[in-house]
Amino acid sequence: MADRILVVAEDQEGRLARAAWEAVAAGQSIARAFGAAVVTAVAGANVASLANELAGAEISESLALTSPLLEDYTAEGFTAALAPVIERQRPRFVVFSHTYQTRDFAPRLAARFSKALIGDCLGYRREGDRAIFVRPVFQGKLLADTEPLGDPPCFVSFQAGTFREDSVRRSAQPAPVTAIAASLSSEAIRTHPGERFREAKQTVDLTQADIIVAVGRGIKSPENLELAKKLAEVLNAELGASRPICDSGWLPMDRQIGSSGQTVAPRLYVALGISGAIQHQVGMKGSRTIVAINKDNEAPIFEIATYGIVGDLFEVVPALIEEIKKAKTR
Amino acid sequence: MKIFVCLKQVPARDAALRLNAEANWVRETDLSFEINEPDVYALEEGLRLKEKHGGEVVVATLGPERATQALKEALAKGADRALHLSDPALQNLDAYATARALAAAVQQEKPDLALTGLQADDDGFGQTGVLMAEILDWPHSTIIMEIQAGEKTLKVKRELEGGYFQWIEVPLPAILTIQSGINKPRYATLKGILAAKNKPLQKLSLKDLGLPAEAVSPRQRISKVYVPQKSGRVEFLEGTAREVARSLVEKLRNEARVM
Ligand SMILES: Cc1cc2nc3c(=O)[nH]c(=O)nc-3n(C[C@H](O)[C@H](O)[C@H](O)COP(=O)(O)OP(=O)(O)OC[C@H]3O[C@@H](n4cnc5c(N)ncnc54)[C@H](O)[C@@H]3O)c2cc1C
Repeated sequence: MADRILVVAEDQEGRLARAAWEAVAAGQSIARAFGAAVVTAVAGANVASLANELAGAEISESLALTSPLLEDYTAEGFTAALAPVIERQRPRFVVFSHTYQTRDFAPRLAARFSKALIGDCLGYRREGDRAIFVRPVFQGKLLADTEPLGDPPCFVSFQAGTFREDSVRRSAQPAPVTAIAASLSSEAIRTHPGERFREAKQTVDLTQADIIVAVGRGIKSPENLELAKKLAEVLNAELGASRPICDSGWLPMDRQIGSSGQTVAPRLYVALGISGAIQHQVGMKGSRTIVAINKDNEAPIFEIATYGIVGDLFEVVPALIEEIKKAKTR
Repeated sequence: MKIFVCLKQVPARDAALRLNAEANWVRETDLSFEINEPDVYALEEGLRLKEKHGGEVVVATLGPERATQALKEALAKGADRALHLSDPALQNLDAYATARALAAAVQQEKPDLALTGLQADDDGFGQTGVLMAEILDWPHSTIIMEIQAGEKTLKVKRELEGGYFQWIEVPLPAILTIQSGINKPRYATLKGILAAKNKPLQKLSLKDLGLPAEAVSPRQRISKVYVPQKSGRVEFLEGTAREVARSLVEKLRNEARVM
């Protein structure tokens, strides 16, 4: 019997968002490499229509795991719903997109099988019959080839953008959809989640900014922010920041750019002393022109920069301010 | 409230990383180490909960001899006791084995609450706390930005994607993984550093933890570590500060047309 791959598709506010389709694309890719069949699973209180949608992809079966107790996402509920499916299906790989929700419950599910998640992968390859997964380590400064050991299942999640939503193979003939009533007891779900909310309204909307000067930890101290502000001033730019700057209270939270802050796409993004961790990149990589000034020539930010300056920002930025001023008067 | 805080010592953020001879991890000689950043926030949160509600903070780390430094720092900041899971059989463990070992220590200590950082900045596993929760059969919540402690339950603010949050009620005992920025971590005072010298720091072996060797056998293996291939089309500007500033302005004007 061919190996199975179980793809766990995430229901985001009643929709299959990009993360769900990227997981399907990942599962299909691994299935082709290993001659396996893809089964998808989506869990929730009302996921029949999502399961039907997934059945349009080239897969062998689409599972809808339903229970009123899955209305609100909880790690314990999702773990309890998926574990028996894995026991029955015996997949070789269980594939997720590396979302916050996956981070929250996939390790718990894996641990139920005495495993951990091979998380946040950037790719995989087949060597003989072995699968080697590529993960970022040291905040993306290095990559690690990681091999699962022991019996299946192997739990693996892929970083956003590793597989593309538009590479999902569709099928003219929809795959069979199976509804499974998850047998959960309310005692098994000990956590009680409340509504999603945003903090009090944001006062700056960086999404509309034309030019952004963003500072990272390379700025060293709050006093030095003056320098960045001066650069922003001569460029007519808004000031943005990486998360640690806002965590330290040097700039307010609404200046934060990245996965837990704002997503911006200005015409020009100037990154001062920002390493370019993935959580920062996802919030700014759509910028048209990216300038990175960083003293470390290996900093991941240079991977997505248009122009790179390897150097001390405290030398480069004053010179840059002066040159911009000069250029303006010319 | 008795609080158990897991800490990891990782290479300092600015450290220049070199590969080891086997090219399967970084070379540790001539690296400097520090407490993993999110764990610093987890420790601070533990100390604050103790200050507010009374109790005890026990810190634990799994790692080589050098990791005692991280424990001493935590004791200097105000933790009451430290556990060092330091058996040779407990070195270089993968995520599951690490969680098994730490969970065994939790079982012995029976705290009301265990905290971890949301991920280690070296291996980036980002799941130790969640794995521990399943091993212990405790409830958990992740990426926490605020804790309000009640008698038997906590209300915690969980960070979601895209600037959203959510409050969650979690009954004790529980495990939380803490996000950076939840608080303002303190520095150790001189008094704290002196006091730390008299605080208990206990070494624990696999046997002390009551674990068989199989419990910490590897489920995954890193075969190779390497520098990512550069795929960017970045154009590096070179020269003195003045020269690079000048050529950048020129390019922003004429090529990128953003000035
Ligand atoms: C769940 C989660 C969500 C997150 N959300 C976000 C988010 O929304 N936004 C975000 O930004 N991060 C986020 N992060 C954090 C992210 O992983 C990184 O830790 C963070 O982006 C690093 O910020 P940084 O680049 O400023 O600091 P560092 O990584 O410390 O980088 C500082 C850089 O400055 C350079 N530097 C130092 N001195 C100088 C100098 N004199 N001149 C020039 N360069 C210098 C260094 O070479 C280094 O590259 C999140 C993390 C997690 C786990």
